[in-house]
Amino acid sequence: MFVLIVGAGRVGAAVAKRALARGHEVSVLDEDPLSHERLVEVEGQTWEDAGGLFTVGTALEVDALIEAGVQRADVFIASTDGDNTNLTVSQIVQRRFGVEKVLCRVMDPARAAWYAEQGLHTISPTQHAIEMFDQALSTEA
Amino acid sequence: MYVIVVGSGKVGLNLSRELIDKGHEVTLLESDRRRYLIVEEELEHAVQYGDATELWVLERAGIQRADLVVAVTGDDEDNMLVCQVAKEKYLCERVIARVNNPRNLQHFKLLGIQPVVSATDLILRLIEHEVPRYGLVHLLALEEERLEIIELEVQEGAPAAAKRVGEVELPQGSLIISVLRDGRGFVPTADTVVEAGDQVLLVLDSGLEEMITPVFAPD
Repeated sequence: MFVLIVGAGRVGAAVAKRALARGHEVSVLDEDPLSHERLVEVEGQTWEDAGGLFTVGTALEVDALIEAGVQRADVFIASTDGDNTNLTVSQIVQRRFGVEKVLCRVMDPARAAWYAEQGLHTISPTQHAIEMFDQALSTEA
Repeated sequence: MYVIVVGSGKVGLNLSRELIDKGHEVTLLESDRRRYLIVEEELEHAVQYGDATELWVLERAGIQRADLVVAVTGDDEDNMLVCQVAKEKYLCERVIARVNNPRNLQHFKLLGIQPVVSATDLILRLIEHEVPRYGLVHLLALEEERLEIIELEVQEGAPAAAKRVGEVELPQGSLIISVLRDGRGFVPTADTVVEAGDQVLLVLDSGLEEMITPVFAPD
């Protein structure tokens, strides 16, 4: 599978490394060239030597998405630190490039829920945290 | 009319002022605390503090009864998503979005958000109007209806020059609606003679420009 990940923060970079280790082709797009540092492999092997791709660019620039390989992506993951960027780019990738599996990180639980109803696969870390805290509390009591 | 304006920069603030002056009910939303406090001194209860991309902020502003949502922040993603949610979740029939970067126009279209206003694009069109390239100016595009109005300068020796309007050969789906000559415009009849140097306005089905341009401006 070809996996394109936009946003190489803690989450994006970790998911990228795992996907690469699992044998997928992985391409990462981030506007900050320094985010590349998060991708350096533990065994000292560089991201590129391990087979990973890295492109510097903004998510909303179609050229950057194309350079990062959106046209042949099987899976797209939007994991920048901005909900609005993630929601916008996910919809563009889904509608314009027809990528089959689009996963979108949305911190705001309300919008994560509404966009999920609209057919976007949203993942809300905030919602997960709420549920886990709530669960921990209820087992305490 | 009840209007929600998102973003209280120069555009949003001036727009809100004008709408209030015209007697409309306006709620202006601003997500920057400092800017909010400045604007609040003037607009008082007509401005609310909050990030309009969050659903509860829109709901607090009364999105359910809004007749119009205008998103004019400096951030295209925010403008896009506010309008999308207003239309699709809250079924607000009319939205207007500001496009900051004309390259993002395609994204607004893709998400079905229109009309959009892009200052850069407007200025570009004005420049095009002042300095026509190939003599063709797009005056209006009705995208939903797939109609356009264009302006062309008639060149010396063009197929249409010195012909009666009724004789000018035009593809089906196009019509000369106006002739501009010596600083004034008029609606021609079939007997009006098109002269070189005239500006003619045509209404046409989208996509016919390429067939029509050679009739008036072959070079």
